[in-house]
Amino acid sequence: MSIEVRIPTILRPYTSGEKLVTAQGITLAEVISDLEINYPGIGERLIDENGLRRFINIYVNDEDVRFLDGLQSVIADNDSITILPAVAGG
Amino acid sequence: MRFDSLLDSVGHTPLVGLPRLSPSVDVRLWAKLEDRNPTGSVKDRAALAMVLDAERRGVLTPGATLLEPTSGNTGISLAMVAKQRGYQLICVMPENTSAERAQLLAIWGAKVIYSPAAGGSNEAVRVAKGLAAENPDWVMLYQYGNPANALAHYENTGPELLADLPSITHFVAGLGTTGTLMGVGRFFREHKPDVSIVAAEPRYGELVYGLRNLDEGFIPELYDETLLTTRFSVGPSDAVRRTRELLELEGIFAGVSTGAILHAALGIAAKAVAAKESADIAFIVCDGGWKYLSTGVYEGSLDEAEVALEGQLWA
Repeated sequence: MSIEVRIPTILRPYTSGEKLVTAQGITLAEVISDLEINYPGIGERLIDENGLRRFINIYVNDEDVRFLDGLQSVIADNDSITILPAVAGG
Repeated sequence: MRFDSLLDSVGHTPLVGLPRLSPSVDVRLWAKLEDRNPTGSVKDRAALAMVLDAERRGVLTPGATLLEPTSGNTGISLAMVAKQRGYQLICVMPENTSAERAQLLAIWGAKVIYSPAAGGSNEAVRVAKGLAAENPDWVMLYQYGNPANALAHYENTGPELLADLPSITHFVAGLGTTGTLMGVGRFFREHKPDVSIVAAEPRYGELVYGLRNLDEGFIPELYDETLLTTRFSVGPSDAVRRTRELLELEGIFAGVSTGAILHAALGIAAKAVAAKESADIAFIVCDGGWKYLSTGVYEGSLDEAEVALEGQLWA
């Protein structure tokens, strides 16, 4: 099983510039652990001791995981994950 | 309807049903036409409320200069209000916004200071905060953290929705300053707590997320996550497709951010149909399409429109 993860510009130094990578896992936390194995250092840019970092938003199929089950959100095959920094609108 | 002045006419917008886009008689979509406000945008509500509040607090005195970071719409609304109330306005706006926004700001007498495209509104906020520190006599109402912004929606938009649609089950709006969602969300939490509050957040091209580091991220001070039921990220392709469907099927000529909101609303509607539940889903038409004509989103293929929006702050 393989899940597509979109990486924002600011984190691409960890993925050798790749915009779109694949990862595995049944929960978001597992997917992030798998990313960390292949792209060391990326994990701590996403998560700190309190969970998802304040200025990081992660979406599973366009839905913000903070309104799903956070890091325990269940990821299914063919789901797509998008990581974005929080920016201003308005 | 008669009002004493243009400013008195802000709000009281129509709520119209969408018979063709609604999936069934039990799952209905309703559009709140905020483009019927004086400058054609929902932002007139927040702009007027913030100015009146600052006047009441004695922060704004006759002839004062206002300063505001804005991607354009709030700036245009503030320019209109400032002109009526006798203030100068300086807007800090990212350079990657549509040409019409700059033209409209000039029409209502505002001055524009451009901030770099990379970083989007974050940069506009940063530049404006710097200018505010250098010019202590300027008044920055600061839409991202001004409680009067959300209060306008708590006191007006929310009650209007409940009065027009007592059976409302979902409210969907765009997430920018978060003022609309926070105000309407708080109103429904107090008056009809079972209403779901759904945020549709525009997902721009990469340029807009071009932060130098993650600590530069930005969350509006007004934002209270507990008021939302869920939050969707909507990309330009879905936003443009829905903007065109709204025009084609229901005759509503709206801006692209409304397409993003409609996309989220249709997702909610599809879930209700699948669950065999009835739903009355109200969403915000933020503004009309006029300001976006030059972007090319109403012409050509969807792919061409998406390319035209790349790097633009389209919401």
